[in-house]
Amino acid sequence: MAEKILMKGNEAIGEAAICAGCRYYFGYPITPQSELIAYMAKKLLKMKDASFVQAESELAAINMVYGAASTGVRVMTSSSSPGISLMQEGISYIACSEVPCVVVNMMRGGPGLGDIQPAQGDYFQATKGGGHGDYHLIVLAPSSVQELVDLTMDAFDLADKYRNPAMILGDGLLGQMMEAVEFKERPKVDLPSKESWTLVGCKGRKPHWIVPFNLNPSVLEKMNLVINEKYKKLKEHEVRYESINIENADLIIVAYGTVARIVKTVIQKAKKEGINIGLIRPITLFPFPEKIISKTAERIKKFLVVEMSLGQMIEDVKLAVNGKAEVNFYGRCGGIIPTPIEILKELNKYL
Amino acid sequence: MLEEVIIAGFGGQGVMLMGRLLAYAGMLEGKNVAWMPSYGPEMRGGTANCTVIISSEEIASPVVPYPKSIIVMNKPSLDKFEATVQKDGLIILNESLIDQKVNRDDVAIVRVPANDIANQLGNLRVANMVALGAYIKKSGVVKLKTIFKALEKTLAGRNQKLIDLNKKALKQGEELGKEC
Repeated sequence: MAEKILMKGNEAIGEAAICAGCRYYFGYPITPQSELIAYMAKKLLKMKDASFVQAESELAAINMVYGAASTGVRVMTSSSSPGISLMQEGISYIACSEVPCVVVNMMRGGPGLGDIQPAQGDYFQATKGGGHGDYHLIVLAPSSVQELVDLTMDAFDLADKYRNPAMILGDGLLGQMMEAVEFKERPKVDLPSKESWTLVGCKGRKPHWIVPFNLNPSVLEKMNLVINEKYKKLKEHEVRYESINIENADLIIVAYGTVARIVKTVIQKAKKEGINIGLIRPITLFPFPEKIISKTAERIKKFLVVEMSLGQMIEDVKLAVNGKAEVNFYGRCGGIIPTPIEILKELNKYL
Repeated sequence: MLEEVIIAGFGGQGVMLMGRLLAYAGMLEGKNVAWMPSYGPEMRGGTANCTVIISSEEIASPVVPYPKSIIVMNKPSLDKFEATVQKDGLIILNESLIDQKVNRDDVAIVRVPANDIANQLGNLRVANMVALGAYIKKSGVVKLKTIFKALEKTLAGRNQKLIDLNKKALKQGEELGKEC
């Protein structure tokens, strides 16, 4: 067993990325994720065959990521909400070009410049594409520092496997918090070779093309359909969630990330009052765990979605429930973290 | 076992380090730990605080609106947090900077002249360790020995004299925790 160490979430992501073989990082600082860019600077600048650039803007950073990704290396960038908005054009290009990379968004309060406290207001942006066009990111939502580590490593594998950008969707609280983590030895994952598409010099062979466009609509439609096939596969093979007590619950809470942890305290408190609450915590936000929600809605008729937003994931929950159960919502936003007591009070309304 | 403590003071009093040492020691003793800082503009000039949770179970909510204990290093911190402490909880306060009455009669209160003791030891900056020592003794959350270990790990590479001074301050604080 690896030794446990105490680490801040942001730094843990950095170490996990390096363990996963990421040697290229391009970014621009922004609270509350700046410890991550600082960590990458500290580590990568000392490493051989590695590159770290603090770019002049998020726009530059994501395009550096695009360039590095086109050569097949493992590359990452990170930011927080407003910075991620600036990157959207590049992310759309990367998705269209089918090159893998990892983007970390430690969300803060929005809209606009917002504030620097934790929020989950970027759910729509993360899971529905974010930039223009028909595409999705693979979106992973950790809820502890250990999961930041494990999911960051997984994000690189998934991005490579599907040749699609993957996003770690955390928030300021996870980034700032310290917990004990282990960097466990991971089983070797079988990943497809990158040889057939990378831009690494074409001496003696036909050049590869990485292009984010095609002006012939019928060809572009085909490109879209190819990409769409990947999303079908993702939905089939990569859905992840945690469920607690969903067999005989009086009510099911659906929550992810930081909020899901707060809900775990709610479950404990409710139990003392004789109330039986279940939790479904999506770990992949795209692909969304719709099957388990749909199945659970056949038995349990009351759902409560709790988010640090005014209601975004609730739309996916409603689609999954599809009218089979009542779906209620409780949310705080602007950087306010809901307390267990207020969630408990809220859910009592529906019992 | 579950301990939730908020440590608060002026930016610069070392409240974040107190929290980190506590979390580190908890981890070394095989517990689950979480350390969460307040961050943002309030750190400049105002009060800084961090929450530490040490538990034998999985830590659910890392946000603690009602802590079992608080360690307050200055007046604004006492004002902000005294009402939030759970009944039968613990308040460790830095008597050197807080001369006001605590408006609670349902919690244990330990007054520690942390700045004065630190000054006697020759360095005001170890006031935080005095308070931490008293808290460790009174709460019994972790062993002082383990805090020493955490201190050596956290301050590795720093001047050994400084580490020894911190240990001395922790020990003095422990004595004060004993008396109460």
